[in-house]
Amino acid sequence: MNPEKVVFGFFIVLALTLNFGFFVGEFDNPEHHHVYEFFAVVVVNIIATILKFGDKTQMGAVLLATSLVAVLQLVAAAVIWTIAAHTGERVITASVMSSIVSLSGGAMLANVVSVVLLVIETVMMRR
Amino acid sequence: MMDNVIFLILRRMRRPLITLVVIYAVAIIGLLTIPGRLPDGTPWRMDIFHAFYFVSFMSTTIGFGEVPHEFSDAQRIWVTLVIYVSVIGWLYSIGTLLSLLQDKAFKQALTELRFAKHIRKLSEPFYLICGYGETGGTLARDMTDRGRHVVVLDISEDAINMTKMANLRDDVPALAVDARIPQALVEAGLERDQCDGVIAVTNDSWANLKIALTAKLLNPDTPVVCRAESAEVEANMASFGTDHIIDPFETFALHLSTALQAPCLYLLQQWLSGHENEMLSEPIYPPREGQWILCGYGRFGKAVYRRLRQEGIDVVVVEAAPELTGRSEGRFIEGVGTEAVTLEQAHVAHAVGLVAGTDNDVNNLSIIMTAKALNPSLFVILRQNLAENERIAHRVGADIVMYPSSIVANRIRSLLVTPLLSQFIGLASNQDDAWACRVVSRISGVIGERAPAVWEVTIDDEQAHAVYQHIGRGHRPLLHHLLRDPRDRDQRLDCVPLLLAREQSREAMPSPDTPLRHGDQLLFTGRYRARRRMEWTLLNEHALAYAMDDASDHRTLLGRWFERLGLQ
Repeated sequence: MNPEKVVFGFFIVLALTLNFGFFVGEFDNPEHHHVYEFFAVVVVNIIATILKFGDKTQMGAVLLATSLVAVLQLVAAAVIWTIAAHTGERVITASVMSSIVSLSGGAMLANVVSVVLLVIETVMMRR
Repeated sequence: MMDNVIFLILRRMRRPLITLVVIYAVAIIGLLTIPGRLPDGTPWRMDIFHAFYFVSFMSTTIGFGEVPHEFSDAQRIWVTLVIYVSVIGWLYSIGTLLSLLQDKAFKQALTELRFAKHIRKLSEPFYLICGYGETGGTLARDMTDRGRHVVVLDISEDAINMTKMANLRDDVPALAVDARIPQALVEAGLERDQCDGVIAVTNDSWANLKIALTAKLLNPDTPVVCRAESAEVEANMASFGTDHIIDPFETFALHLSTALQAPCLYLLQQWLSGHENEMLSEPIYPPREGQWILCGYGRFGKAVYRRLRQEGIDVVVVEAAPELTGRSEGRFIEGVGTEAVTLEQAHVAHAVGLVAGTDNDVNNLSIIMTAKALNPSLFVILRQNLAENERIAHRVGADIVMYPSSIVANRIRSLLVTPLLSQFIGLASNQDDAWACRVVSRISGVIGERAPAVWEVTIDDEQAHAVYQHIGRGHRPLLHHLLRDPRDRDQRLDCVPLLLAREQSREAMPSPDTPLRHGDQLLFTGRYRARRRMEWTLLNEHALAYAMDDASDHRTLLGRWFERLGLQ
């Protein structure tokens, strides 16, 4: 068992599970999507991205690409959230929430691809 | 290569970046959870946006104050802690980045990148020199001084730094790399069309062999010149078609015996391989009758000894370590030769000549000074080993100073850059010395006291457009037409044709009445201005017609009229 692989797998799966946890719930209901959970998703996704730095293989490159996509989507969601919460009306309306959740949904898809690739790579190594 | 550099940076930056992210996250979480208190006593909590904002300027020690409200003491305790941790986090990240920039592997990667870029940009022909020692260094200088481009590879970083210090005329791309690795040669431009030759002159014969093999496999058309120090390696190199194999010891010995046996040929070689505008050397006539002393019986000494014996010269060998070098036949004296006792044992008082040929410059100089004191009329040949000793080597009063690296470098250069010249020298050494003397006197008739220019002309559309076209139209330009001054055809240019190469035949000192043909290659020597003027005749059809036509007058009416008036 390689401890580095454990940490790597842990963060990639955690990025997906937290993302899923934030995503589930009524789509445009701010009550169902907590900001702290979103914070955790962003932080874990950034860490997962950094962990994928510097891998020269084809698989490493694709993994890094999916993570970058996820982080990009989450940062966009964070910016929308911050602007909505701190400027103008200062309320999170249903429409704002739905766009945040849909962006995080896209990020989740990228995270799913990431995990699937990880599983494929692991299975390939078994053979 | 650049990919590798980026991957290297990213890989090494993983840990510091994650540390930073974690520190930020923990600091933000702390600020989110610790409650503050407004002046009126109502509790408040920071939101994520403000927490991120505060941590961002706090951890980089910019510090805009406590926002959005004044902090409670509990918050201040937490911030105090986080300031130190986050500053350490930043120092760690930046420190890692800086050490990465200092890293040897990273620097090497960057150097290789710059080198590869430099090679890609080379648009003119270049020679690839592997090994920047005494020979490689001399060769690089000679080539760049003559306007040729070179690329240098050497296994040692110090040698590569020397190329930067050497103050060469050209900007020479140089890389510290093991040239035995094929990839290194490819990066240095081996497979490019502009690569006009590969020169393997490292001090390791097997490395030279590997370089030659790689060059022949990857770019079969490129001429390869190799230095080899043993017959075994020479045979190996020759087996796969290495174009020229040079044994430094044999080359040196040949040079030395030429100096002894054929002074005119030696002088001819010196003149034709001299630097532009160098003062010409005077002919030297070493004594041929009598006994010679040879100091040093290493690899150089042995080659010299064989040569001298072949020429029938009586030689006494002086060697300090016969247990390493072996003993020569004939008279052999053990000792360094720097002290009078040894030289007296070798009968220095009756000897006519001495070769100070050890591999140690200090000993060689000392031998000569001692020997000169014992026998002032002695003819002395000095072997100079290191370029740095040139100044003192020329002061010691030796009749001939021989710098083997320069001899080898000259030979390589003439093989690659002026192949006709080395063919001419080859033909000349088959003639007797009287022939060479006649050539020398012909050359000295046209040049001054500075080294002559040596140039090659191929009769093709590129180099000799006019001549080429004339022949195509059925005219018969002769060699001596080229030797006429295009300004005044009754005057001869100050140059001498040395060689005519036509298909497989080689004619030294061709007759001026030889008709020229397409594809002829000619070698000339003479003054620099003669070369420039000859280009007129070669390229301009009117100039050539003027030179060829003995009778008609090509001047214009107006010109003749001016002449009559005495104005011209």
